[in-house]
Amino acid sequence: MNLSETQRITIEKHVETFLTKPGALLPLMHAIQDSLGYIPEDSYPIISSAYNLSIAEIHGFVTFYHHFRTSPSGKNILQVCRAESCQSMGSESIENYCKKVLGVDYHETSKDGVITLEPVYCLGNCACSPSVMMNDKVIGRVTPEKIDNIIKAVKQS
Amino acid sequence: MTYKIYIPIDSTALSLGANDVFYAITAEAKKRKIDLTVIRNGSRGLFWLEPLVEVETKSGRVAFGPVTTNDVEKLFDQEFYLGKEGVLFLGLTDDLHWLKNQERLTFARVGITDPLDINDYEKHAGFNGLRKAIELEPQLIVNEVTDSGLRGRGGAAFPTGIKWQTVLNTPSKTKYIVCNADEGDSGTFSDRMIMENDPFVLIEGMIIAGMAVGAEYGYIYLRSEYPDAQEVLNKAINIAKEKGFLGNNILSSGYNFDLEVTRAAGAYICGEETSLLESLEGKRGMVRYKPPLPAIEGLYGKPTAVNNVITLATVPIIMDKGASFYADFGMGRSKGTLPIQLAGNLKQTGLIEKAFGISLRELLYDFGGGSFTGNPIKAVQVGGPLGAFLPEGQFDTPLDYEKFSEINAVVGHGGIVAFDDTTDMAKMARYSFEFCAIESCGKCTPCRIGSTRGMEVIDKIKGGIDQDKNEKLLRDLGETMVNGSLCAMGGMTPFPVISALNFFPKDFGLEKKKA
Ligand SMILES: Cc1cc2nc3c(=O)[nH]c(=O)nc-3n(C[C@H](O)[C@H](O)[C@H](O)COP(=O)(O)O)c2cc1C
Ligand code: SF4
Repeated sequence: MNLSETQRITIEKHVETFLTKPGALLPLMHAIQDSLGYIPEDSYPIISSAYNLSIAEIHGFVTFYHHFRTSPSGKNILQVCRAESCQSMGSESIENYCKKVLGVDYHETSKDGVITLEPVYCLGNCACSPSVMMNDKVIGRVTPEKIDNIIKAVKQS
Repeated sequence: MTYKIYIPIDSTALSLGANDVFYAITAEAKKRKIDLTVIRNGSRGLFWLEPLVEVETKSGRVAFGPVTTNDVEKLFDQEFYLGKEGVLFLGLTDDLHWLKNQERLTFARVGITDPLDINDYEKHAGFNGLRKAIELEPQLIVNEVTDSGLRGRGGAAFPTGIKWQTVLNTPSKTKYIVCNADEGDSGTFSDRMIMENDPFVLIEGMIIAGMAVGAEYGYIYLRSEYPDAQEVLNKAINIAKEKGFLGNNILSSGYNFDLEVTRAAGAYICGEETSLLESLEGKRGMVRYKPPLPAIEGLYGKPTAVNNVITLATVPIIMDKGASFYADFGMGRSKGTLPIQLAGNLKQTGLIEKAFGISLRELLYDFGGGSFTGNPIKAVQVGGPLGAFLPEGQFDTPLDYEKFSEINAVVGHGGIVAFDDTTDMAKMARYSFEFCAIESCGKCTPCRIGSTRGMEVIDKIKGGIDQDKNEKLLRDLGETMVNGSLCAMGGMTPFPVISALNFFPKDFGLEKKKA
């Protein structure tokens, strides 16, 4: 898969922004993913020559962190908390419900491309478990009905 | 005549619809031509009552909650904005049992002020600690922190004064303050609350830390799951800069300090301080060998004080009120207060700041009100995913670092997750291994591979295959991980596993009771 012209320009712009910043890789990768929705592996050679890092180092960095993805996601990301507090309040049934209604497993995208399902380990909303996060918004005390509403809302927008 | 009301902007309150309530209330007020001044405050930490709306009255703030958009018309009908009784009326906020029985020091302002109103912050004793610290020699600031008995709230409970002394004593032109805001433990949200609801106190704590050890730059390493906190912190940093609290020659003191927020990327292990430093340097978060201590060779090899959010946010009140004021709270070697987080299967969940020494039972029943489901509480996990599961028989243990370690448990970051009697503890033990397998940095074999083997062994025990042999294998594996792991990820995962096995053997399909 080759980079599109706009992707290449975006990546080069971000690479330039963080060129002199210590510890640049972390903010750089966030910037790329925030702009493009993922970190295309074809960006590695550009980063490699600008930052004097090997492709292997860059690949090793990106794959270490759960947050970074190297392939496009759906239009929205639904993260379901799997951590202990949410488990104590029945998150397993929420996980199963999400998988069922979206027809996907974790790290997969619904057929219509609208939602990618991801597990997450704690959203800091443990006082109101079980919780999910749709894009940047946390929803507490979720039930199957709430999940339906959340999904409906993003499908309509 | 305008009426002052408060609607929280904390992300847990938002997760329960606080923004919708805000829109509904402002719309209804407009419709009825009632002049409201709405302040978006932090949360008081009574999360089972969120969204909790407060009204300012002559006798103090009165609370209504939990408010939904459906209640809004009714609230206006009963003239709630006058503080009148009616549906959802809870009385004076400060008189609520939950709040009345706390000792809020670190959380003194949380829920009371508008998080980004720096004048409000100063009106509530904000920057008093900094102003006092400016008058002192660095060594005297460190002494104050040492004498307060403050220990790291991130998990390891290392004395903060001793850590700072090491950084102060290590000569270097460049030193750093790194705030560990990775808050990865399930059942914890006190760091998040400070950052979203009282960000200036963290900034103040970091400035004082910088003055004490001789550092002029700080980083807040913030987990990526907290976008709201990131936004609030960045705004707060800008405001503090404009007002001369950050930058060069702070309040004409001659001290310089600046800081930035770095967003993490979803790796639990990056909460471990050396892994965090690697990550900040733009590398994989592989745990470093110690020594050298980060206090001597930390970020980019420079002396670095790595401290948890709560640790740093507690420094201002220590500087303001004095070491002995703080040390008078608590018990034994656990001085001061701990922001405790009640989570999981409990009726009443949220934040309780108490002096050390309170028992789990008081927390679970007096504050927590028992389980959410109404079933008996079977076990609690204290201190995150690496903390032991404690059965009912241990609920009288006082919250104290040493008392907890006597029973192979940890206080950690003060998170408490309750489980009711429908919980399969063998499944929880298996999850502990699964989590370790997902989050291991991969450096040590017992942690990287042992965690996966552990899941298989539990499956075999549960499946009735060679139970005696496999139980022994599980215990041996636990010991290997404890002894053969570089950090607490691999080294402590056996705690929840073996405690589940010891206290709930039936859940593993083992009949005989072991201890
Ligand atoms: C696996 C692991 C995860 C940790 N996660 C965190 C964390 O999320 N936040 C934190 O403050 N400390 C965490 N710690 C503890 C840090 O290593 C370190 O002790 C702490 O940041 C020091 O600050 P303090 O002395 O103020 O507690 C973790 C430790 C380990 C082993
Ligand atoms: S115990 Fe696990 S997480 Fe810790 S250094 Fe070893 S492999 Fe990494």
